Amino acid sequence: MQQIINFFIKNSSKLLFLLLLTISLVLIIQTHSFHKSSFISSANGVTGFVYDKINNTKEFLHLKDENKILADENAQLRELLYNSVGPSDSLEVLKRFPTPSDEFDVIPAKVIRNSFNLKENYLTIKGGTKHGIKADLGVINSNGVIGIIERASNGYATVQSILNTESRINAKIKGANHFGTLQWDGKNTGYVQLTDIPRLADIFKGDTIVTGGISTIFPENIPIGVIEKAYTNETSNYYTINVRLFNDMTNIGYVYVIKNKDSEEIEELEENTGNE
Amino acid sequence: MNNVILSNISRFIILLAAQVLIFNNIDLFGFINPFPYILFILLYPSTGNRSFLYVLSFLLGLSVDMFENSGGVHAAASLILAFVRPNLLKFSFGVSFQYHQTNLNDKVSKELFKGMEVLTYLILATIIHHCSLFALEILRFNFIWEILLRTLLTTLFTILTSIIIIYLIKPTKK
Repeated sequence: MQQIINFFIKNSSKLLFLLLLTISLVLIIQTHSFHKSSFISSANGVTGFVYDKINNTKEFLHLKDENKILADENAQLRELLYNSVGPSDSLEVLKRFPTPSDEFDVIPAKVIRNSFNLKENYLTIKGGTKHGIKADLGVINSNGVIGIIERASNGYATVQSILNTESRINAKIKGANHFGTLQWDGKNTGYVQLTDIPRLADIFKGDTIVTGGISTIFPENIPIGVIEKAYTNETSNYYTINVRLFNDMTNIGYVYVIKNKDSEEIEELEENTGNE
Repeated sequence: MNNVILSNISRFIILLAAQVLIFNNIDLFGFINPFPYILFILLYPSTGNRSFLYVLSFLLGLSVDMFENSGGVHAAASLILAFVRPNLLKFSFGVSFQYHQTNLNDKVSKELFKGMEVLTYLILATIIHHCSLFALEILRFNFIWEILLRTLLTTLFTILTSIIIIYLIKPTKK
């Protein structure tokens, strides 16, 4: 017994080293699994606060660009609105709109940190559980899909970017019903890859890729990008399609978080169906 | 003695802040960020408590990880650097170094370009830290060539930044 205690006293610093090393390795491995460990994430209060302050300074320099993006988006929405009913009776618009199903909530949020030079990229946004943001909600902006909320704290949330090699998003070719999985090969920030589209699908360069309606995270038909190049390898019956993103992922200011109110109901239903 | 503790605490905070606020945003060529925060581990007093250094390096790395969303890679790499530091000191400054009670901080800043001793220490330490850092990242992905290239460039960049920092905070004693 004496010897064991002596051993511990003699090697205390080495043991401490091993203990700390084990902790960090566990943290690394946990990060790799689907949901992150609880505190090593920029969604916590301290890091969120620091990034918020940094962003406030940076934002000031980009006000003009940000305004232009908003104005463009407004113009686009107005165009859509006027063309749908005819320019003369735009006041009638509200009446003619289909009864809102109230399925989706849209929560605006500001990006306070955006990484794009790693393999597993995350954004940090200002907006958390107190604004109704929680894990697994979709994040978009005016140009298209940005990513999926990974973790949310009280005031901040991290978003798993579409430029993350772990990211899997259900997508399809606009107008067709061939579904595939959107992922990123980690190479170019302007392109993502759509896999699992069957070979018999008709695809052309320039076709638009949109989100599919299969998952409950994104509504259907949110734009993602256009087909740049498609290839198959000898053995598989599926295309791998290079998709050029509409979004410049290196320059993102404000985003919208989409909350599907029915998602819990759908998930519960699907879970119960499998159990029988 | 109090002076040493104070200067170490302030070094910890200043280097961490500089890392997060400045160096993480450099993005040279789109992907190279230097990590001069390892200077804290390098300049820790050579006679200081070893266990304490382990804990501090772990905390430093973990804080950088929190800001980078990188799990625990920085924590592990800093810890490894802290672990091999005594051997590095022996290798670069000679076996008798630890008995001399010299102030490591003064030595590093005064003799930066006098002979190869300090440079060897700095370069070896940076290489060890960055290699473990990027080796741990390989555990997570399979982009070996890109990671090797990045390791090389980041190492060069970190060494450069560290030398500049040491030069800037050089004590103005004669």
